[in-house]
Amino acid sequence: MKLLLKIWRQKDASSPGKMVDYPIDGIEGDMSFLEMLDVLNMQLIEKGDEPVVFDHDCREGICGSCSLMINGEPHGPDRLITTCQLHMRKFKDGDTIVIEPFRATAFPVIKDLMVDRSAFDRIQQAGGYISVNTSGNTVDANAIPIEKEAADDSFNAATCIGCGACVAACKNASAMLFTSAKVSQFALLPQGRVEATERVQNMVRQMDLEGFGNCTNTGACEVECPKGISLENIARMNREYLMATAKG
Amino acid sequence: MGILDSKVPSGPLAEKWTQHKNDINLVSPANKRNIDIIVVGTGLAGASAAATLAELGYNVKTFCYQDSPRRAHSIAAQGGINAAKNYQGDGDSPYRLFYDTIKGGDYRSREANVYRLAEESVNIIDQCVAQGVPFAREYGGLLDNRSFGGVLVSRTFYAKGQTGQQLLLGAYAAMNRQINRGKIKSYNRHEMLDLVLVDGKARGIIARNLVTGEIERHGAHAVVLASGGYGNVFFLSTNAMGSNVTAAWRAHRRGAFFANPCFTQIHPTCIPVSGDHQSKLTLMSESLRNDGRIWVPKKLEDAQAIREGKLKPTQLAEEDRDYYLERRYPAFGNLVPRDVASRAAKERCDAGYGVNKTGEAVYLDFASAIQRYGKEKALTSGIKDPDAATITRLGEEVIAAKYGNLFQMYEKIVDENPYKTPMMIYPAVHYTMGGLWVDYNLQTTIPGCYSAGEANFSDHGANRLGASALMQGLADGYFVLPYTIGDYLSNDIRTGPIDTNSEAFDKAEADVRTRMEQLVNNKGTKSVDYFHKKLGKIMWDKCGMSRNEAGLKEAIAEIAKLREEFYTDVLIPGGMDEMNQELEKAGRVADFLELGELFAKDALHRNESCGGHFREEYQTPEGEALRDDKNFTYVAAWEYKGEPKDAVLHKEELTYENIELKTRSYK
Ligand SMILES: Cc1cc2nc3c(=O)[nH]c(=O)nc-3n(C[C@H](O)[C@H](O)[C@H](O)COP(=O)(O)OP(=O)(O)OC[C@H]3O[C@@H](n4cnc5c(N)ncnc54)[C@H](O)[C@@H]3O)c2cc1C
Ligand code: SF4
Ligand code: FES
Repeated sequence: MKLLLKIWRQKDASSPGKMVDYPIDGIEGDMSFLEMLDVLNMQLIEKGDEPVVFDHDCREGICGSCSLMINGEPHGPDRLITTCQLHMRKFKDGDTIVIEPFRATAFPVIKDLMVDRSAFDRIQQAGGYISVNTSGNTVDANAIPIEKEAADDSFNAATCIGCGACVAACKNASAMLFTSAKVSQFALLPQGRVEATERVQNMVRQMDLEGFGNCTNTGACEVECPKGISLENIARMNREYLMATAKG
Repeated sequence: MGILDSKVPSGPLAEKWTQHKNDINLVSPANKRNIDIIVVGTGLAGASAAATLAELGYNVKTFCYQDSPRRAHSIAAQGGINAAKNYQGDGDSPYRLFYDTIKGGDYRSREANVYRLAEESVNIIDQCVAQGVPFAREYGGLLDNRSFGGVLVSRTFYAKGQTGQQLLLGAYAAMNRQINRGKIKSYNRHEMLDLVLVDGKARGIIARNLVTGEIERHGAHAVVLASGGYGNVFFLSTNAMGSNVTAAWRAHRRGAFFANPCFTQIHPTCIPVSGDHQSKLTLMSESLRNDGRIWVPKKLEDAQAIREGKLKPTQLAEEDRDYYLERRYPAFGNLVPRDVASRAAKERCDAGYGVNKTGEAVYLDFASAIQRYGKEKALTSGIKDPDAATITRLGEEVIAAKYGNLFQMYEKIVDENPYKTPMMIYPAVHYTMGGLWVDYNLQTTIPGCYSAGEANFSDHGANRLGASALMQGLADGYFVLPYTIGDYLSNDIRTGPIDTNSEAFDKAEADVRTRMEQLVNNKGTKSVDYFHKKLGKIMWDKCGMSRNEAGLKEAIAEIAKLREEFYTDVLIPGGMDEMNQELEKAGRVADFLELGELFAKDALHRNESCGGHFREEYQTPEGEALRDDKNFTYVAAWEYKGEPKDAVLHKEELTYENIELKTRSYK
C-alpha cells in the first residue's frame, strides 16, 4: 500500500518541532507499524537524512517503550495493544497517518517522537514497593495463602507496562490509572497492607509534584490502556487515599 | 590450573556453598559506605544485584540503555521460573533440579554452580512472594505450578504469560526502594562503552549518555556486568531490538575470557518469519507445550495442499497427522528439551512437511486440550450432558485463563484465531548459554569485574532448560553476588574513592571517542541494518540449528570480510554529540561482527554435538546428537588477541563427581 505519513519532527527538547510529510509506498499488511517506520528510516538514511527517532525495544507489547500517538489515539486505532503490536493491515491504501509523540507537560519531548517519562519512575520510587530486604530470610512462600480472586486482581493491576498511554489519552494528562495500578497491586495483598497508608500518600504526592493533572473521571485512560487496566483501580486508590488521610 | 581456576570450594557438593559463605571475608557496614559498585544492566540479574548490594550498604550505580530500569528485556519472559519447592509432592528436590539442569545442559556445565542454583531456587520464590510478586494461585490460595520441557515434575511458578514482567517489576521495586534511600543512583538511557582497568583491576566504566551524546567516566571498586545475552548476533531473535553484546565484548577486549560462544539456544516455538521486513521474532512460551500438541501432516501431498491454501489443518483426519515428538520421544513427548524439539521441527520441514508458505512452520494444536479441559470443567461445574459447543466454550475459557495473553499476541501478529485453528510455529534464536567466563564467585578473568545473568556462561551448559534463566538471574543477583563480591571488596576498604582523572580513564575515553568518530565520519553508502541483516543470514545459515565444518569455515571468512566492508562502507547520519540511534546500533553491530566470527571459530573447534550445538558430522544413526566426552568435557574460554581469528583457547576441564555422564535420552 501507499500511504502519506505526517510525522512530528523535533531536533531536541529546546527546539520547536513541526509536522513533516513523508509519502511511502510498498507497505504490506503483515508489517508491524514500527516495521513500517523502519522502512521509512531506511529510506531516509540511504538519502543521508536523519531517521525518525522513536522509543521501542521488545516489540512484543511488554516493555512499554513504544509510545506513539497515531491519528490522535495513543497506540493507534486497535484496542488492547501497544504501538509495536499494531499491524499495517489495520490501514488501507491511500490512508494518511498522523504520528505524534505522547504529549503531556510531565512528558517533555526528547527528540522527534521520543519523550521523557522519568516522572513515572519517580512516582514508583516514592513508594511503589514493599519494604522487605532482598537478601533472604523470608518466610516460606506458601505460609501466606492468598485468596485466588485477590491474587488475580492484584496480578491484573500489576500488568501495567508504564507506557504512558493513559496520560496521553487524558485531556487533563492525569497519571491516576498508572499510579493506582501499583497502589492496587499491593493494597490487595496482605504483604502490602503494612505500608498501605504511607504508600498511597507518598505516591500521590509525587504524582502531583510531577505536574500530572487531576482526574475528572472521563475514562479515556481505560479505553486506551493497552493492558486493560481497569478504572476500578482508581476507585480503589481513592478509597485508600481517603482512609490514609482520615488516619492523618 | 593456571588462570582458569574455577575456585570451586572443596567439600561435599551439598555443603560447598554454605561452607563457602562461612569462609569468605566480610566488609563491615561502616566500610561498605565507602565502597562504590557499578552494575551494568537492570534486568533480573542486575536489578536484583543492585537492590541487594545497596541494601547491604554499598553505594551502587546502575546503568541501562532503556529509559527506565523496568524495561530491561527480562520483562518479556513469559512462561515461568523453576524452584525445587516440591509443593506438588511429586518427588522434586534440589538434587533433582540440579540433575535435570546438568542433564538438560548435556553435561557441559559446572556441577558446583548448578547445585548452588538449585539450592537457592527455593529462596527466590519466598523472596518474591514477600515482595508482592503476584504469582498464579490455586483456589485454595496456595501457589500453582506448571511443567516445562526436559523434566518429569511440576516445579515452574508463573504469573500467566508474564512471569518475567512480574519478577522484574519486583526487582525494580526493590531498586526503587534503594533509589529512594539514596543508595542507588540509576543512569538510564546510558550505554556502557568500555571497561576501565587500573593496575589490572576493574575500576570503572566509560558510558555514553544517549540523550546528549556526552561521554562520561564512572569509577567504582567493582563492576558487575549483567547486560543480557547476545542472540541478536543473528539479527532475528526473540531478544529486544537493543539487546547487545557490547558491554560484555568491551570487557572481553580488556581481558575477560569469553566462554562457549557457540552454545546458543534455538527455541522451538516462535512465530515464523513473515517477510523481509521482519525486525524481530516473537516467542510463544514453552509453557504452551504443556497443552499444545505439535504435528505436521503425514503425507507430503497434504503438506503441499496446506501450503497452497487448498486444505485447512482442521480438515486433516487424526490418522493423517504426524505428532512427531510424541512418536519419536514417547517418554517426554511434546515436552522434550528445546534443542531436541527444534531439531525435530527442522528435520520435518527440511523433509518437505512444513505448513506455511515458506515451508518453515509446524503446528502447535490446542484442539484436544480444549476438549479435555472443557469436559473437565463441565463436570466440575455440574453441567450434565454438555453439548459440543458448551464443551468447546468451557475449554477455551480454561485455555484463555492460562495463556490468554499469548493467544492474543499470536492473533495480532498472524491474524488467525489460535483457539479455532492450530498455531504455526518455527524455531528461532532465543537465548545464549555462552558468555563471559566466570569462576564460582561469578568473577571474570579480570579481578573486580563480575558477570551475572545471561551475560555469563555459568549454569546451563550446552542447552538451557525452560524457566531456568529467570531463576539464574535472580539467584546470581539476590543471593550469590552479594556474598562473593564482599569477599573481594574486603581488600578495598582502604582504597578510597576511585579517581577518574587518571591515565587509565583518559586512555579508555580516548579509545571510545576514536571508535565513534571513525563510525560517524565514515559516510559510506549502507545503513547499519544492511550489515546486521547480512551477518544474521550468515549466522543462521551456517551457525544455526545444524553446523558443519565447511559451512563454519565459510562463515569465518564471510564474517571477516563483512566486517571490513562495514568499516569502509557504513553510513551513519548525524553526529556523536546528540541523540543518535544509528550510532548506537553501529557500535553494537561492530561488536557483533567480531563476536560472530569467534562464535563460528568456537563451533568449528568443538568436534562433537552437544545440546544446542549440533555438528552434522557427529550424530547417531537415528540423527541424535553425538557427544564426545573424552575430548570435549570442558568449557572453551577464549582470550582476546586482536582479530577473532587470533583468539586463544583456554580450557576449564569439567569434572563430574556426583553425576555419571550418560547419553541424554528423552525416549
Ligand atoms: C521472549 C523471551 C521469553 C523468555 N521466557 C523465559 C521464561 O519463561 N523463563 C525463563 O527462565 N527465562 C525466559 N527467558 C530468558 C530470560 O528472560 C533471560 O535470559 C533473562 O531475563 C536475562 O536477564 P538478564 O538480567 O541477564 O538480562 P536482561 O534482562 O536482558 O537485561 C539486560 C540489561 O542490560 C542493559 N544493557 C545491555 N547492554 C548495555 C550496555 N552496553 N550499557 C548499559 N546497559 C546495557 C539493558 O539495558 C538491560 O537493563 C525468555 C527470554 C525471552 C527473550
Ligand atoms: S495504566 Fe495502561 S496506559 Fe497507563 S501506563 Fe499502565 S499500561 Fe500504560
Ligand atoms: S516496544 Fe516494547 S511494548 Fe512496544
